[in-house]
Formats: sequence, C-alpha cells, structure tokens
Amino acid sequence: MADIVKKATRHGVNEGLVELAAVHEDIICLDADLGNATGTSVFHKAYPERYIEAGIAEQDLIGLAAGIARAGLVPFANSFAVFAAGRGFEIIRNAVCYPNLNVKIVGSHCGITPAGDGGTHQCIEDIAIMRSLPNMTVLSPCDFNQAKLMARLMYEHVGPCFMRTSREAMPIVTSLEDKIEIGKAQILRRGSDVCIVATGVMATLAVFAVDELAAEGINAELVNIHTIKPLDMDAIKASVRKCGGRVLVCEEANMYGGLGEAVAYGLVGTDGIKFDHVAVMDRFGQSGLSGELLEEYGITSANIKAHAAALAKK
Amino acid sequence: MDKKQLEEKARQIRLEAVEMIAKAGSGHPGGSLSATDIMVALYYSKMALYMDPNDERRDRFVLSKGHSNPPLYAILADKGYIPKEELQYLRRLHHPLQGHPDSAKCPGIDCSTGSLGQGISVATGMALGFKLRKMPNKVYAIVGDGEIQEGICWESFMAAAHYKLDNLTVFIDRNGLQIDGTTDEVMSLGDLNAKMKAFGFAVDEIDGHDFDQILAALERGEAGKPHCIIADTVKGKGVSFMENAVGWHGKAPNAEQLEQARRDLGGK
Repeated sequence: MADIVKKATRHGVNEGLVELAAVHEDIICLDADLGNATGTSVFHKAYPERYIEAGIAEQDLIGLAAGIARAGLVPFANSFAVFAAGRGFEIIRNAVCYPNLNVKIVGSHCGITPAGDGGTHQCIEDIAIMRSLPNMTVLSPCDFNQAKLMARLMYEHVGPCFMRTSREAMPIVTSLEDKIEIGKAQILRRGSDVCIVATGVMATLAVFAVDELAAEGINAELVNIHTIKPLDMDAIKASVRKCGGRVLVCEEANMYGGLGEAVAYGLVGTDGIKFDHVAVMDRFGQSGLSGELLEEYGITSANIKAHAAALAKK
Repeated sequence: MDKKQLEEKARQIRLEAVEMIAKAGSGHPGGSLSATDIMVALYYSKMALYMDPNDERRDRFVLSKGHSNPPLYAILADKGYIPKEELQYLRRLHHPLQGHPDSAKCPGIDCSTGSLGQGISVATGMALGFKLRKMPNKVYAIVGDGEIQEGICWESFMAAAHYKLDNLTVFIDRNGLQIDGTTDEVMSLGDLNAKMKAFGFAVDEIDGHDFDQILAALERGEAGKPHCIIADTVKGKGVSFMENAVGWHGKAPNAEQLEQARRDLGGK
C-alpha cells in the first residue's frame, strides 16, 4: 500500500465544506478550540467571518449552533466525537433534535485510531448515542472522497445530522464521481460467499480484505454503510440473502449499540442468518503506536479477512 | 401600554396561568408568577412582534426557565398566535401547549426549552446569528437564578461578551428559591452583579415587579456588551399562599386553593 495516497475523512469533510461555502453563504463553521485537529482550520482560513470559535465549551458549541440555525443559517459544529457526542449529548437532544433544527455536527477522531491520545479521546460510543436520537441522521463516510461528497449531502439534507470522521489517513477507495445518497447503502464489491457490512475506516480496510479473499477463491459482497441512520436494511437484506445468510458487520466502535446491533435487529425474522462482528469488544481504548494499537483491537484488514473467511465456510 | 395597563394585563395573565395549571393538575406556578411581569413588559411594550410567527423581522424571546411557561402561553393566546381555547388543554395529549415550551408544536414559541441552561446558550447563538446576518433583531431571555447553577450558562455568558452581543438582553429572575430550598442553601450564587460584570455584561439591578423599572432598564445597556438585568422577584407573586413558599415550585393548586388564588388576583 506504500504508493497509495492516504487522506483522512476529517479533512475530506472540511475540504468539501470550504467548496460549498463559496456557493452557500449561509454556511457557518463552529469549533471548540480544536480547529487544527478537526481540520476546520481550512474553513477558518478561507472564511474567517463565518468561522465561530466557541472556546473549550462543547455544551455551548451545540447551543450556539442551535441558535445560529434558529437565526436562519446552517451551522456545522465541530469537535472530537467524544466531546461533541459525549459532553454535547443532552444539548444535542433537547436543543437540536427535539425541535428538529437544521444543525450539522461533525465528530472527528472517532474510534480508537487516534492512537497516541489514549482512551479518553478514542470515541467508541458515538454511533450508539447519536442513533438513539429521534430526528437525527447519522453519517459515517469511509474515506476522504466520500467525506467530501457527504459534506454536500449533509448541507442539502434539512434537519439534524451527525457525521463521524476519522483522524487516520487511509487509502481512498471511492470516487468523487460516485452517486451516493443519504440512507442508501453503497455496494463496493460484488460477491455471494459472505456479506461484509462495514462503516467508516472499516469499509476501507474491508476493500483490501475482500480483494485478498477473491485471490483465494472467496467472493465477498461488501456493503459500505455511509448512512448508519436511516439504515438501508433493504439493501443489506438483499446482499445477505445472496450470501446465504452469512453476514459480517465491521465497525470501529463498541460492540454494543452500534451498526452491528442495528443490522442484527434488522435481520430478525430472516431465516438462516450466520452473524459475526468485528468491533471493539466492550473495552476502552488506550495509547499505543498506531500499528500496534490497531492490531491489538482488530481494526485491520487481516482481521476482517480472517473473520470473513471463517464465516464463508459455515 | 402605560404602567396601569401593564399591571392590569399582568393580573389577567397571572390569573390565566394559575387557572391553566389548576386545570392541568400539574405545572410550576411559583416561577411562572415571578417572571410574569418581565414577560408582560417585553410582549406588550418592548418587542417587535409580527402576526406571522415566522416573520424573520421579529425580535425573539427565549424562556430559558421553560417550566415557567403558562404566562407565556396566556400572552401568546392574548396576542392571537394560538387559539384561546387551547389554554384549557395545557399538558394534554396532541395539544400544542406542552409542559415545557416546544417550538415545533406551538406557534410563537421562539425556542424549545425545559432543560435548564440550554435556552440561554441558544439565545446567545440566535443573537450571534443575527449579528452574522447583519440583522437588527433583538433577543431577550429569562433565566432563573437557580438555573445559572448550570455550567453551560457561564459558557454562554462568556461567549456573549466575547462576541459583543449587544443585541442580547438576559433577565435573571432572582426569586431566591429553587426546588430543594433557597438558592443560598442549595448552591449560593454569591455577588451576581459582580459576577455578571466580570463576565463582560452591562448590568442593571431592578425590582422585577415594577414596570417603570423593567422598562427603564430595557432602555439602558451598552454598545458592544450583552445586557444583564437582574430582577429581584417574589416566587409565587400575587397569590398569597404561594409567595416565597418553596413548596409551590412544581405543584398545582386544588379547588379550594384556586378559589383563594382567584380572590388574591382580583378576578372580576
């Protein structure tokens, strides 16, 4: 993978937002003193008059965004996922989702890939928290290009949206020409031996796993879930049926409350399901060098490949 | 409206608020009655209102202490934003007058509130949004004195001063009581005037039941600063047995108590 260009989804969404802001003057970008980390510094540089610094105050970050939306603008509020979705939760619930305001929240540094910072900063709960909220749409692009495309989709969608993005620079597996829409799953690879349903960086890692499996004679279907809520169960069910009920869900999040449970819930009543899950197994993250940490937590294409291969034989 | 007319309006609104809470069988009379005069002053003598509640030109009101909403509902009905008959369906299924204000269900409610501390943050964002859009709208908010124990209030106050939001006026309804006792017993607020000044506000302290003082304070404030009006009020104001009584934060009067309240509020 040495010659492959790697970029992070956190930068994709902000590059997309800067381009959109040139056309849409109602876009306001807010951050809570993490602009250089979340990547919103590019927006700050391009449109300083439309960049609102909330300070180290994530509750107020969300409240200010709600007020800015009520004043007729379209705010994008940014912080690390753990602070935006965690500390901001009840403000998101009562000030954004309850009145169904057009507020966009981007939580970066999701999952355990922000390796050095350790467990306090590695958010494995945001999917569960955000998908539990009525009115909320939950997005999870798999790579830089998709995050860039989804900045526009998020702007065009009217209503509360949460997007989780990643700190980690990863290979780009999708195209800026892709026709994607919120709530529609994207089939990245066609196969019929095992169905891999993956989101975020796991979908990117799964692309490499699937290509290696193909060389070994196992043809996996890869369903990329860039929209966790509303979840495209029709597409997932069709792919899972095609693969004889064998489904492997992969997410860089805790095993509880995330995509795995959402897919399993959606498959209740479907006969012959053989389910497996690559996720964080109900423990917090910790500091480590990126490679060794991902290995420790199974956030690797090799782990996805091993689970898929085993499932394909069942 | 002159002072006499405002006082008469406030009497009617208080009476309606107590009637609504009694009929609903639950609600928050104490804080409703302490904040009534401020709301009456804003809606009848200060705010730019338009009959279309979605008219962008209107000034905005945020009742951050959202539990004190019955007088606000009575005002919105009096102004014609909601049908008067809805007042008898406070807190009832499929009706717009929710237990805490819901902008998605009730026309004229500028901000859903109820979770303490959030309203002031949203009000600050609204004032900031109008500044960003270079619009002249004013934003008025009422926070409870107990409410500002919530940390988010101070985050918002800091932001309001940082962004020089002189289009934002924050009333602190200082009735001195909260659910578990006096504010001094529960979590003392200390020198609020000095605190708000230190946070960058232009600060006034007034009698929150004196319309001359409320309206005069609304004419003050300073360019480049958000305005805080600390209003000393009486929880349960106007109903003899509710005044300054901790127990009347969150319960409805029974039939006998309602009769007494009607006599106190001088219903014609």
